[in-house]
Amino acid sequence: MAQKFLPTLTAGLWKRIPPFRLVLGLCPSLAVTMSAENGLGMGVATGFVVMLSSGAISSMRNIIPAKVRIASYIVIIATLVSIVEILMKAYFFPLSEQLGIYIPLIVVNCIVLGRAEGFASKNPPFISMVDGLSVGTGYAISLTLIGSIREILGAGTWFGMPVFGEWFEPMSFLVTAPGAFVTIGTLLALQNLFSRWRGEKFIQG
Amino acid sequence: MQAPESQSLPHRDWIVSVSPHVKSNETVAKIMWTVVACLMPPLFLSVFIFGVQTLIITAVSVISCVAVEYVSQKALKRPVSIMDGSAVLTGVLMAFVIPPGVSIFLPVLGAVMAIYIAKHLFGGLGFNIFNPALMGRAFLLATFPVAMTSAWLAPVDGFAIFSYFASGVDAVSTATPLAVMKEQGMAKFVEMFGSGTSLYTSFFLGWRPGCIGETSGLLLVLGGAFLIYKKYITYHIPVSVLGSIAVFTWIFGGEGWFGGDPILAVVTGGAILGAFFMATDYVTGPSTKTGQVVYGIGIGALTVIIRLKGGYPEGICYAILLMNPLSSVIDGFFKPKRFAGPVGGAK
Repeated sequence: MAQKFLPTLTAGLWKRIPPFRLVLGLCPSLAVTMSAENGLGMGVATGFVVMLSSGAISSMRNIIPAKVRIASYIVIIATLVSIVEILMKAYFFPLSEQLGIYIPLIVVNCIVLGRAEGFASKNPPFISMVDGLSVGTGYAISLTLIGSIREILGAGTWFGMPVFGEWFEPMSFLVTAPGAFVTIGTLLALQNLFSRWRGEKFIQG
Repeated sequence: MQAPESQSLPHRDWIVSVSPHVKSNETVAKIMWTVVACLMPPLFLSVFIFGVQTLIITAVSVISCVAVEYVSQKALKRPVSIMDGSAVLTGVLMAFVIPPGVSIFLPVLGAVMAIYIAKHLFGGLGFNIFNPALMGRAFLLATFPVAMTSAWLAPVDGFAIFSYFASGVDAVSTATPLAVMKEQGMAKFVEMFGSGTSLYTSFFLGWRPGCIGETSGLLLVLGGAFLIYKKYITYHIPVSVLGSIAVFTWIFGGEGWFGGDPILAVVTGGAILGAFFMATDYVTGPSTKTGQVVYGIGIGALTVIIRLKGGYPEGICYAILLMNPLSSVIDGFFKPKRFAGPVGGAK
């Protein structure tokens, strides 16, 4: 247990960081990361759902029949997503307006289902929650990074604060969808380059 | 067990290539440099029309394209081929389709997009799906929409260019003919640029606001004619692009049916540059003759649709980019007949 704890906690931050290593959850990464604030909000909401759903699914893994496991996971995840949606509407209304349909769509986010199927269904609850926390934190960090790059270069602001002087001309390409593809591709290439330079073994999935 | 013959042969790398095994004196480098040479007259004319600014932007564009090509080929561990002229050609063409009044920072960014992302990440010369120069322009247009649609310079009259520099005025900004026509209507257009034969003549010679290299239809047609004479391109694509732009504008461009001005549609905007130098790119266009005609008509139709109904005043850049990925599909429809049918006769 103790030997597994630290690797699991750090895996989601580099070796399994979504959406770069674990190439899942690309849809919200492309759609909502127009600004750092949106990216952080989406990442935290998804991370919350991943952590709690991993814990819940792991604790019920022995009583869920194997044939209907995906449907059962979806019910658990959908419950948690509804909680997140209602909480965000209550306390972060402008953000939830901006994220729109992508909050309910966390239900079908492949990261959540992937961690449930790949990790939580085989491991005890505590370590599954640690895994969910680490993958969720990694996702929140990635989305904030993507959002920051796109917001700083594409709009000249960071979390709404202007970072450049008057001379800066925003590159509006980066705020559009192709800009998201180019940003994610560039970051992925840089991470691969760095990993190769360090001679790391890639962990897929 | 090794064949005894292989030991007696001197060691060398045998290259097996697909047929036809016909040798020609034409090389990629020769063709590319010829096309670059054909683009020089419009470039020098643009200096007289808009000022030395155009020469600086073209030089920056070419140098950054060659530099990006070198760095990309080093980074991707491919043989470095900056001397074959393809990066130089991309640089010249990209400079030709951006406005003369932009800052010199823009072509540098455009070169990264054009050469690294649109060309080398797709596999390098011969494998790119989209025309790199136009990808550079489309990227710049999406990135800096204000600069790319407002940095037009008014043409200078005759040889007044020298007194113009002495006067210390940086530039006189203006709007392009197509933008005026689209946003302010035909009446304003006639007021600004005049009408009739003198208008066609001055536009065809190049004395109008526009992108750096697109203004002089005459020199571009002469350059294109030289390429057709050298058999580097065929007449199919240019004629079908320009012909369909003229016909579709004539039908749909006016108030009612058949009321548009076909000559004006061809001599304004980047139609001639696009038809002769962009659409005829070997890599991104079809290679069958019928396919080229279909491809050209598609470009012409899309150009007219974007000009008349779309959000931009000029559409040939996007029209070519939209038709590029279709070129292999179009080729598939017009496969040449095989001389010998399958055994047992064609069914």
